[in-house]
Amino acid sequence: MSLSRAKIRKRQRMYVIGAILLAVGSAAALMLTAFEDSVVFFFSPTEIAEKSPIDPDQRLRIGGLVVEGSVAKQDDGQTIAFVVTDMAESVPVSYRGILPDLFREGQGVVAEGHMNSDGTFVASEVLAKHDENYMPPEVAESLKKSGYWEEIEAKNAEQMRN
Amino acid sequence: MHRFAKPSVFLKFTAPILPWLSALTVVLIAAGLYFSLIGSPVDYQQGHTVRIMYIHVPAAWMGLFCYVGMAICGAMSLIWKHPLADICARATAPVGATFTALCLITGSLWGEPMWGTWWVWDARLTSMLILLFLYLGYMALVNAFDDPERGSKAGSALALVGAVNVPIVKFSVDWWNTLHQPASIVRMDGPAVDPSMQLPLALMILGFTCYYFVVLILRVRLELNERRIRALHLSGMFEDPETPTSAKEQAYEAGHNAEAKQ
Repeated sequence: MSLSRAKIRKRQRMYVIGAILLAVGSAAALMLTAFEDSVVFFFSPTEIAEKSPIDPDQRLRIGGLVVEGSVAKQDDGQTIAFVVTDMAESVPVSYRGILPDLFREGQGVVAEGHMNSDGTFVASEVLAKHDENYMPPEVAESLKKSGYWEEIEAKNAEQMRN
Repeated sequence: MHRFAKPSVFLKFTAPILPWLSALTVVLIAAGLYFSLIGSPVDYQQGHTVRIMYIHVPAAWMGLFCYVGMAICGAMSLIWKHPLADICARATAPVGATFTALCLITGSLWGEPMWGTWWVWDARLTSMLILLFLYLGYMALVNAFDDPERGSKAGSALALVGAVNVPIVKFSVDWWNTLHQPASIVRMDGPAVDPSMQLPLALMILGFTCYYFVVLILRVRLELNERRIRALHLSGMFEDPETPTSAKEQAYEAGHNAEAKQ
């Protein structure tokens, strides 16, 4: 079966477009993989531990869950200290400023700042990270009672690690 | 397939669909707004701020959906040189751009009270902004040439290359860690949104999708009719030195209506 000239042209155009898309797609994939460290928004405490010691002049973001019971006001009455964890490693954070409404223990946060020489992360900005779960208060209550809540929190910590 | 994509067939088939689809859009969005603003519970953490999601998520879906539609139409117009595909792509761009902008604005309004910031340069937000720029670039490019065919060639190429961004937007939250939360609806373990909140979300998503098709049909019909009028003008049908300008315009209108009925 022989194709007409017009049909051959159309087929050629289809192949060319397919090839160009493949090339652009792989170029984008390679670029994004190469610059992964700049594409990620924050590092997890595990990654911080792997990278340490980190230059105190380097600004970076750290993300994780606020450890239950770790939030404390320092003696000066302005600095807030808390520990951020991904359930594998944890990093102490100190911060002076206004915390977002969603900031609470067990909640995901992303802090921007630098690593101190003593291993404390000095944050200049703290953002709350919301997870993907949406539910009415009653459902949240019953989840907490039935023990599913720990599962959700463990999952959130895992996402921070990835 | 090409038989059904003839402009005259498009005009004939979409005429009866249009009123039904418009009515469906109104019903879906009205019901969706009722359930999103009144008939759904507050979130355990966000309170009433969760209601922004019912605009934000459907707008984000439409931004991606319209882009995929535009890129497919662009490919069809490049490969088969089909005029209808090109018209569809051109008609989709401003709708998709509006939805993308709506998604970015509502997301920003949500981010301020929830995250504590209007904007961050994380992978999801940045790739969504690039999506908006792709739409704007497409619209600028297709209209940048005197010869519309060259414009649509360049625009289709841009739309196709930019399609690489669509999976990046969708999977950015899985591939990299972002401030933006991971997918809530289309994900492996099923939706992470409570069933009581899924109803308004589904209604709004369907409503927005129907709205897009209504606008698409209207815009394509308009363009097809305009092209017919231009062709008739060129053929000298409206040339009549006897008639004054006002009467000429009336004849133009009459011709326009007659065209639309065909």
